[in-house]
Amino acid sequence: MDLSSINPALLIASLMVSATPILLAALGELVVEKTGVLNLGVEGMMITGAICGFAIGVNTGSPVLGFMFAAMSGALLSLAFGILTQYLLSNQVATGLGLTLVGLGLSSLIGKPYEGIKSPTLQKMELPILSDIPIVGPMLFSHDPMVYFSVALVAATWAVLKYTRAGLILRAVGESHDAAHALGYKVVRIRILAILFGGACAGLAGAYISLVRVPQWTEGMTAGAGWIALAIVVFASWKPWRVLIGAYLFGGVTVLQLNLQAAGAKVPIEVLSMSPYLITIAVLVIISARGNHGAPAALGKIFHASQ
Amino acid sequence: MSDPLLRLSGLTKAYPGVVANSDVSFDIHAGEVHALLGENGAGKSTLVKMIYGLVKPDTGRMTLNSAPFAPSAPSAARLSGVAMVFQHFSLFDALNVAENIALGMENAPKQRDLAAKIKEVSNQYGLPLDPYMRVGDLSAGERQRVEIIRCLLQNPKLLIMDEPTSVLTPQEVEILFKTLRQLKAEGTAILYISHKLEEIRSLCDTATILRLGQKVATCTPADTSAKELAEMMVGETLHVPERATGAFGDVILDVKDLSLRAPTEFGTALKNVTFKVRAREILGIGGVAGNGQDELLGALSGEVSSNNTVSLRGSDISKLGPQQRRALGVLAAPEERLGHAAVPDMSLSENALLSAAVRKDMMRFGFVNWGKAKLYAEHVINEFDVRTPGAGNAARSLSGGNLQKFVIGREVLQYPDVLIVNQPTWGVDASAAAAIRQSLMDLAEKGAALVVISQDLDELMEISDHFAALNEGRLSSIRPVQGLNVEEIGLMMGGVHDSMEGAA
Amino acid sequence: MIRLEKRAQPSQFWTFATPFLAVVLTMIVGGIMFAALGSDPFEAIRTIFWDPLFSEQFAAYSRPQLLVKAGPLILIAIGLSMGFKAGIWNIGAEGQYIIGAICGAGMGLAFYPIESVLIFPLMILAGALGGWAWAIIPAVLKTRFGTNEILVSLMLVYVAEALLASVASGLLKNPDGMGFPGSRNLAQIPSTANLEIIQGTGMHYGVLTAFIAVVFAYVLLSRHMLGFQIRLTGEAPRAARFAGVNPTRIVFLCLGLAGTLAGMAGMYEVSGPAGQITIDFNSGYGFTAIIVAFLGRLHPIGILFAGLLMALTYIGGELASLMLGIPSAAIQLFQGMLLFFLLATDVFISFRIRLTSGEAA
Repeated sequence: MDLSSINPALLIASLMVSATPILLAALGELVVEKTGVLNLGVEGMMITGAICGFAIGVNTGSPVLGFMFAAMSGALLSLAFGILTQYLLSNQVATGLGLTLVGLGLSSLIGKPYEGIKSPTLQKMELPILSDIPIVGPMLFSHDPMVYFSVALVAATWAVLKYTRAGLILRAVGESHDAAHALGYKVVRIRILAILFGGACAGLAGAYISLVRVPQWTEGMTAGAGWIALAIVVFASWKPWRVLIGAYLFGGVTVLQLNLQAAGAKVPIEVLSMSPYLITIAVLVIISARGNHGAPAALGKIFHASQ
Repeated sequence: MSDPLLRLSGLTKAYPGVVANSDVSFDIHAGEVHALLGENGAGKSTLVKMIYGLVKPDTGRMTLNSAPFAPSAPSAARLSGVAMVFQHFSLFDALNVAENIALGMENAPKQRDLAAKIKEVSNQYGLPLDPYMRVGDLSAGERQRVEIIRCLLQNPKLLIMDEPTSVLTPQEVEILFKTLRQLKAEGTAILYISHKLEEIRSLCDTATILRLGQKVATCTPADTSAKELAEMMVGETLHVPERATGAFGDVILDVKDLSLRAPTEFGTALKNVTFKVRAREILGIGGVAGNGQDELLGALSGEVSSNNTVSLRGSDISKLGPQQRRALGVLAAPEERLGHAAVPDMSLSENALLSAAVRKDMMRFGFVNWGKAKLYAEHVINEFDVRTPGAGNAARSLSGGNLQKFVIGREVLQYPDVLIVNQPTWGVDASAAAAIRQSLMDLAEKGAALVVISQDLDELMEISDHFAALNEGRLSSIRPVQGLNVEEIGLMMGGVHDSMEGAA
Repeated sequence: MIRLEKRAQPSQFWTFATPFLAVVLTMIVGGIMFAALGSDPFEAIRTIFWDPLFSEQFAAYSRPQLLVKAGPLILIAIGLSMGFKAGIWNIGAEGQYIIGAICGAGMGLAFYPIESVLIFPLMILAGALGGWAWAIIPAVLKTRFGTNEILVSLMLVYVAEALLASVASGLLKNPDGMGFPGSRNLAQIPSTANLEIIQGTGMHYGVLTAFIAVVFAYVLLSRHMLGFQIRLTGEAPRAARFAGVNPTRIVFLCLGLAGTLAGMAGMYEVSGPAGQITIDFNSGYGFTAIIVAFLGRLHPIGILFAGLLMALTYIGGELASLMLGIPSAAIQLFQGMLLFFLLATDVFISFRIRLTSGEAA
């Protein structure tokens, strides 16, 4: 095994790229869960976003349009979840699973003609001055715009949740929908908006995989990233900055694992490729053993204003 | 008299199957404390929700300061100067006091300014509060203060209070009344909803009495006797349960030094709870909600096991589960009807099986005898006058009072040696409550030992032989009910019992 | 304005009616989808739902396939439905299925080339045990640490897939396979083959087990205290505790049962219809079974019919892709839509739809 072939600066740079889809998806889900809704359909929305973004990217030659369309498609799919769970009061777990199954089917149906095509991808955006700093520059400041966008979105989400009235209302709805309703807040409307945001984020996350990280379309290419995003929200105790930490840690494990495979590590390839999932389980266990602090009190509960 | 602040004319609201309010009219004047009196289900809540903009009336109109008033949402009502303190608090446990208050305001100032304002106003009205405390860590009385301060910060012209004293100790009630009188002197009108007659007589200027959705009368409570008020409210002469107190038998249930950790973040730990109950004795346990009542019931019913603390006729049962305790004759009826004592979506037969499987022999090698379950459910329905089409109906389809009769009847008719009940008549109309109390007293008469946990002090005074109070998971000393006065009860509920412990 | 009004009790009529309504809605929307894909929607629906059973040309081949495909779906869905009833969300049946197949096949191949009637029962046992063990992992983590079983059971699917890839090209690789990944063909070894019990019906031992499981589950849920306790746990956890139910035991029971049945399904599949362990012998039955469980109302008899219906869409889908060029992914979407419409129409069971005039609900 040749460990010297692993360059730490490159490792961190590729870690950020590898973590971005999970970060985006987890951030969207965090907002959804903050309002008390558990949407298990992240994987389905991601993969739909991946193919829709890819298709538009290939057909228009514009990855930016691809991302926009991916966000829209994710939001549209999440709207189906929203209508079912918020208006028709279906079980959130079952509906989320259904959303994943629909998303997987839909994406492979749309994706058939696009297999094996290369897509246009995002250009690197070297941040002036910052990217010239030796080592740190190429590591942190010479990425594509979506990487910066995802970090900015973390900051924005954090600030909105913590400092604005909208954020306060959002948290209140997730704590007790009955109390929020009694105070006159439109619980269902607020939740639908959050679900749409979560869907758009998952769509972007999927498109990042198909347009930037790979960049190609293969069936089932999200490979459980949506589920890992769900786990990261738990890991982060529903706090935006911890989602960033969680996603980057996970990205680190993934990249390291790939690098070790490439470097011909003595560890069997199967063990390496199952390691992200095993580590996710381990982290979930550690977090839950400590007690799931910070979970919104109304998470997953059905709201029906009876009178 | 000047023009009324709020005038209700002919308000009517119907839900499928029930008319919640029918042609209700009355006036509320500035600086008036106006009582809205009625039984559970008399339509008080719906009426108030219409004033607060949560429900729209089918017909009828309201005027506020002579201008038409039809709030489309609570925010509109708040902007017009109508504020409300809820019975079941509309608070968010995980948020702090200031955040909770901001959520109930239309134009909340910045957190820091708001915090200062909260401190100022809360001290001004004698209801001190720390704006940065997490609401989940507050006591019931403090939580109510949060709601009141939230209302007061908006300088309301009309303050609606829904059953505000049900969660307070007598001493806390006095503080609240002082605040309300201060508000009244400042010209605020208060609509005070309650079914506690003495409170209304001491606090309110006017009272409107509702029965079955209709206004029965508007009167001056100070000039009307409690008995007259009660009869207007219930519409019949009440049958007060009676019992002959005989000598107590041997000690049946003996609880010694029961301490348990809080089951959840917002739960209560039990601390050294000790008491004995003899045959034919009813021990009443009072206390403000959330002081360990649920936890005590769980430890006695067997839902939570403990270590060498609970014994039945001298043998330790603290490690046994609910079914094993039932086999020995220890039964319980929890407070929460839907979801704890009964399963909402299951039929009454299935709910009979829930707790009567062992004693009523409904199982053979683990296989269920549904015929027996149904027969027993029907037996309970007949004996306790449960109004339902049949045992096949879902628990959810019963009214609160009927389901409570079923839940209590299900345990009582198994003729237990020990019965523990929590809030046996909560949210139940007066005649059903009287029937339930009578059944508990009859059970004691037959030689059972009863523990009745309740927040209704009148109820406990009426049926118990001995009284104790829970405060933050500690049980006060146990006193005979006869000769106990309100001050003493208040002190026991307030936790001022450390000095008495030696005497007990 | 449309308003939902809670019924006093769940509607019996709609409990039975919604699966049919969901199928009809799925056919309509699916038809529109097929039309959009350039096929005649009526022909497509007929090819999927009618031809596999009644067309002279295909029925002879397709009819036995119905049981072959429905068997594992029913077997897995029965196990899952117990958990879903108790509010335990095991969505990793696919992983339990894979591990069951690996263990069952491993047991069979370990004896190769010995022939004995004892080998097949041992393989069933190994498959059941493997699936059980895989499902017990989330059960232990849930009861011991309170870890969410949804995420753990799902993560274990990916781990199982990696394991499958490993054994298919390593431990269980056919030594006489000229280096190709994949095990010996169990279906061609008399002692390890899961054969048809009645020739030409598709009725193999796995299908028989599925039918037994249906009967067993029916008796358990409707007549036995344990079934009552499972339902209690799902409907009202606090009431279950009050009734003396030990929640840890229910978690182990439900996950263990689901794992056992899924493991057996995997073993029967790999020793019969699939024949050998390959990298991708699993065809998503573990996920489709979730749809089957819900479509069957989590009721054993319902699951029996739902499993047959879902098997039909598989066979019909293959036929449609063969005859009309409809992509097989369309069938996957079709199945997902079915679940979605079912969940949507389920609202009628507990609620009544009312038209009101401008009530602020």
